[in-house]
Amino acid sequence: MTKSNERKLTIARAMAEATAQEMRIDPSVFVMGEDIGPLGGVYGNTRGLIEEFGAERIRDTPISETAFIGAAVGAAQDGMRPVVELMFVDFFGVCFDAIYNLMAKNIYFSGGNVKVPMVLMTSTGGGYSDGGQHSQCLYGTFAHLPGMKVVAPSNAYDAKGLMTAAMRDDSPVVYMYHKGLQGMGWLGTEAGATVHVPEEPYTLEIGKAKVVREGKDVSIVSCGMGVHNALKAAKKLEEQGVSAEVVDLVSLVPLDRETIRASVAKTGRLIVVDEDYMSYGLSGEIIASVTEHDISVLKAAPKRVAFPDVPIPFARVMEQFCLPNPDKIVAAWDEMQAA
Amino acid sequence: MSPTREEQHWMYRNMVTSRRFEEAIAKIYFEGKSPAFNMANGPIPGEMHLSDGQEPVAVGVCAHLTPEDVVTATHRPHHQAIAKGVDLDKMAAEIFGKKTGLSGGRGGHMHLFDDDVNFACSGIIAQGMGPAVGAALSRKMQGKPGVAVAFVGEGAVNQGGWHEAMNLAAVWNLPFICVVEDNGWGISVSKETASSIGSHADRAAAYGIPGKRIEGNDPYAIFEAAGEAIARARAGEGPSLLECETYRLAGHFMGDAEAYRPEGEKDALFEKDPIPKMRERLLADGAASDAELNTIEEESAARVDAAIRFARESDDAAPEDALTRVFAA
Repeated sequence: MTKSNERKLTIARAMAEATAQEMRIDPSVFVMGEDIGPLGGVYGNTRGLIEEFGAERIRDTPISETAFIGAAVGAAQDGMRPVVELMFVDFFGVCFDAIYNLMAKNIYFSGGNVKVPMVLMTSTGGGYSDGGQHSQCLYGTFAHLPGMKVVAPSNAYDAKGLMTAAMRDDSPVVYMYHKGLQGMGWLGTEAGATVHVPEEPYTLEIGKAKVVREGKDVSIVSCGMGVHNALKAAKKLEEQGVSAEVVDLVSLVPLDRETIRASVAKTGRLIVVDEDYMSYGLSGEIIASVTEHDISVLKAAPKRVAFPDVPIPFARVMEQFCLPNPDKIVAAWDEMQAA
Repeated sequence: MSPTREEQHWMYRNMVTSRRFEEAIAKIYFEGKSPAFNMANGPIPGEMHLSDGQEPVAVGVCAHLTPEDVVTATHRPHHQAIAKGVDLDKMAAEIFGKKTGLSGGRGGHMHLFDDDVNFACSGIIAQGMGPAVGAALSRKMQGKPGVAVAFVGEGAVNQGGWHEAMNLAAVWNLPFICVVEDNGWGISVSKETASSIGSHADRAAAYGIPGKRIEGNDPYAIFEAAGEAIARARAGEGPSLLECETYRLAGHFMGDAEAYRPEGEKDALFEKDPIPKMRERLLADGAASDAELNTIEEESAARVDAAIRFARESDDAAPEDALTRVFAA
């Protein structure tokens, strides 16, 4: 550990630091969104920016996602590098056309002659009883549609490196951060997300997964909050003498299938943890990535721990019943053994 | 502000080029599509939206623009593209789905992009609004010259995104102009059954910006109003809204039977065809001689012929190229 990374940051602070550092060296970077100015972002990820950069570059918008996300596309095509925030990913319905028909398609439609260097930050996840319109993950929805890179950090080190990489990318990057990992007390705090973060700017390669815990009996693959559930489950499994490897996807698009396959080839077993809805989503994609490549590496049928296909319920006991957790991952291992 | 003689010639040239281009497309479009109309067949596959009759709006506005200025166009983009100076050969090739097209066949007729002249368009109603507002914001933030113009149809004004974008442009005082081409029809639904007011220009009041409606599909009147709006934008005085009455001489798309049109409407429209009208006016005003106009017409036709030839003779898009350019290189 160098002197510069002795301090620990929350994901929110890491995102704000990355943005500030990039804004100091690149005048084309600016931030737009709802309540990202004096409030500092509902999740704290733009805190302190307006004091340094002013209201021209840290631009509070009206509640008009279609207009300002569409405007970000136009500004990006015109030489700027906008960072825009869709406050809750659940709000995509009011502006998805600007996202998947403009942001994600204009590079292709132009045959690569137009660049769309923008970052769409958006919060994901529930667990704090905010109801079904403010708690979804929707990883699969965004990752399914071609033309947008999609990243989902699980800790502050990755969050800073991904943020800087996203701002420097000439393609649109959807930056999905989980509310429960932001380090905002009122959303519950996952201690594992607050880690040492170097002070100097650095980038993380988009499209590269990480093996965050080595193991030899089963691969638990996830992203965001799911990685912390997987790590907790791995500890419990260890007590039973089971060695679990945990793969943090980090990026959903491009998806690092090689790292997933290598891990499963080593362990022979696969559990996917996904806080997004079960069907037609990330969990199916991960399993398909392994099985259609070489099913012979599997010693058991893969398992999924995902949100059941119901809208996210409000009542705390109902929501917690539906959310993935370490016990469910351990149970998936048990079922795998029993099968 | 009246157009100079040179500007009048430029406007006439671009109107004629657009019309000849669309006439050529209309003819080729049906090649290979019969006996049963099959949209996917022939040298120009897919939907085709022609802009015959709407040329005055494109030239009246674009006469004031330079390549540096930004235009976002509609799903009916050819007249706007030609007036903005989009490469005609590459545009034709794109419409034919050729390798030499603006994007090598990835975009097609509703998705023409030419970054040399800052032109983009979209197949979805009102969708050019946000990007044009963003380009205007970009110019303002960078202190760079240039304005952004979003062309939309009168049907787009009832779309939520249109209102959001107008408000954003106004609240940020951006160098942005929204030009509404009012051809009276949103596919088969008439403006009067779709819009609560007769003049969308009146909606400008809701955003505290100037709004003006121009009647008669008159290229000179459009030129004058657009000139004022663009000058305001260039001077940092903010956005404007223009609504131009125009006429769609063709159907919504090629193959549209237009049964929704009231009896006789179409004939009346052809009597108001803006191209012969402008020719007569140029001659009557002494702004051009017969010989000059003949030359413009011949040159325009030759340019279109060359573009169509280029498109026809170009190689088809390579199928496997479909898998490239999803992300920026």
